[in-house]
Amino acid sequence: MTRPAARGAALLALAVITLAFLGPFLWVLIASFQPEATLAAQPTLSFSLDNFKAVLTWETIILPLINSVVISGATAVLTVLVAGLAAYPLSRYQLRYRRHFMLTLLFTTGLPVTAILVPVYAMFFRFNLYGSVPAMVLFLTASSLPFSIWMMKNFMDGVPVSLEEAAWVDGAGWLRSLTAVVGPLMAPGVAVVAIFVFVGQWGNFFAPFVLLDTPEKQPAAVTVYTFFSQYGQVAYGQLAAFSILYTAPAVVLYVAVNKYLAGSFSFAGSVKG
Amino acid sequence: MTVTAAPHPPVTSPPVRGSARRGVLRWLLPLGPALVLLVLFLAGPILWSVYIAFTNEALTGSASVDSRFVGLANFVKLFGDPNFLNSFLLTFVFVIGSAVIGQNTLGLVIALLQRGRGRVTRGVVNGVVIAAWVVPEVVAAACWFSFLAEEGTLNTVLGISQEWLYTAPMLAVILANIWRGTAFSMLVYSAALSEVPADLLESAAVDGAGPGRRLLHITLPLIRRSIMANLMLITLQTLASFGLIYALTGGGPGTASQTTPLYMYEQAFRYFEIGYGSAIALVLLVIGALFSLVYLRLIKVEEA
Repeated sequence: MTRPAARGAALLALAVITLAFLGPFLWVLIASFQPEATLAAQPTLSFSLDNFKAVLTWETIILPLINSVVISGATAVLTVLVAGLAAYPLSRYQLRYRRHFMLTLLFTTGLPVTAILVPVYAMFFRFNLYGSVPAMVLFLTASSLPFSIWMMKNFMDGVPVSLEEAAWVDGAGWLRSLTAVVGPLMAPGVAVVAIFVFVGQWGNFFAPFVLLDTPEKQPAAVTVYTFFSQYGQVAYGQLAAFSILYTAPAVVLYVAVNKYLAGSFSFAGSVKG
Repeated sequence: MTVTAAPHPPVTSPPVRGSARRGVLRWLLPLGPALVLLVLFLAGPILWSVYIAFTNEALTGSASVDSRFVGLANFVKLFGDPNFLNSFLLTFVFVIGSAVIGQNTLGLVIALLQRGRGRVTRGVVNGVVIAAWVVPEVVAAACWFSFLAEEGTLNTVLGISQEWLYTAPMLAVILANIWRGTAFSMLVYSAALSEVPADLLESAAVDGAGPGRRLLHITLPLIRRSIMANLMLITLQTLASFGLIYALTGGGPGTASQTTPLYMYEQAFRYFEIGYGSAIALVLLVIGALFSLVYLRLIKVEEA
């Protein structure tokens, strides 16, 4: 094959793949603006925001989105605080079991959280924590910690120790050093971890689905599923509008951290503990 | 997987005054909250699942008041349970079909095709593929539900009438999961390919090696570490996949797409057979742990 022909073939293949990936999005995007849209992909020329108006009620979407913000936000803030504290000695001190600890954390990131939820559910039931949002947030924080501590430690390793020395000379302990010197310097890293955890929990369906008891506590991930199983067949336009409103924040936040995450897919450079 | 940061071995530490006990406190205090959460909400439940998998713990019926030790009964039941064996086989098909073959190959192909393309082309392709990845799993299910519906986009484009979710539920969930997960493999391989030296490929081309031979004898051997690590990670992510399948087919029709996580859900959360559900969870955890260990062996972890 000549060079221009190979180039043309590659572009054609990419175009086919892109269209195939676009396919499943199409009817969701179109149906959300079609009044009375059903599962049948029959776009009409009419355009309206009726579907969005119909789902923008307190119980349908506003309360679930508030719940999502509270659950994901609380988990992200708590994870960043706890992981930030934990990363400090791991980054700054020579600890005997540090390598073991870091490897154990990396190992834990591979375990299926779905399977851990069975004993967590039994435990919550036994200790009367079933249905408790704060208890669930603590569990979500714990499940986000292994990966977050890794990321935090790597960001912290990038802050030169020499910058802290001046603070130590002035008599500052580790906590002041962390909050006044290291923390501000690694603010972008903190933001990346926070957003990463937030977006992950924003999409989390299984944990709230099994750990929370009443619909009023459920985040949008669960209510969009409930709406889907009840009205998916008859009011697909509304489901589409609901899906778009629920997905938008995750997309916006992903775009915000995209640049920082780009470097995290390389295995060739080896993992730095 | 790492967020690259300049390596910086600490030469000094914050001043420590006082006794050796203070020395313990200086790392125990900051690590404490993390350790407490990890022990209470991760290690504890995992250990407890080992215990309750050997009991007849249930949330309804007589066993809920008085659960007892039943030895290996749950596991004996498990490996003679046709529904479990069916779910296990389906999980295997799901992981091989959607992750090992689907996401992995398609991700590599897209990354290879993108090499040397312009910024606009890469931006558009990346944008669409990553969009499918960023969308929450329940929304992904809603997208595929209409895409595969009888009068949906796919049938309209193909000009046929086919109830995909009833006639081919496994194919449907496999395709949906390939769609959702390919971005991860694509990003891994884009990063890996960018580190393959261009002059090596050029000199091979000068020596007369065609594109196929260059791929087979130069590119793939050079990125084999990334391929293995990627295979482990996507297997781990796919193994416990729940929301996408549950929202799309609910495991049905019947048990035709009921993978092990869905069967575990049914036993533990619908029938409240916690002991039996924990035994299933334990099987998933052990498989996950094995793959996770292989993953740790594959990646180079520098002095931690």
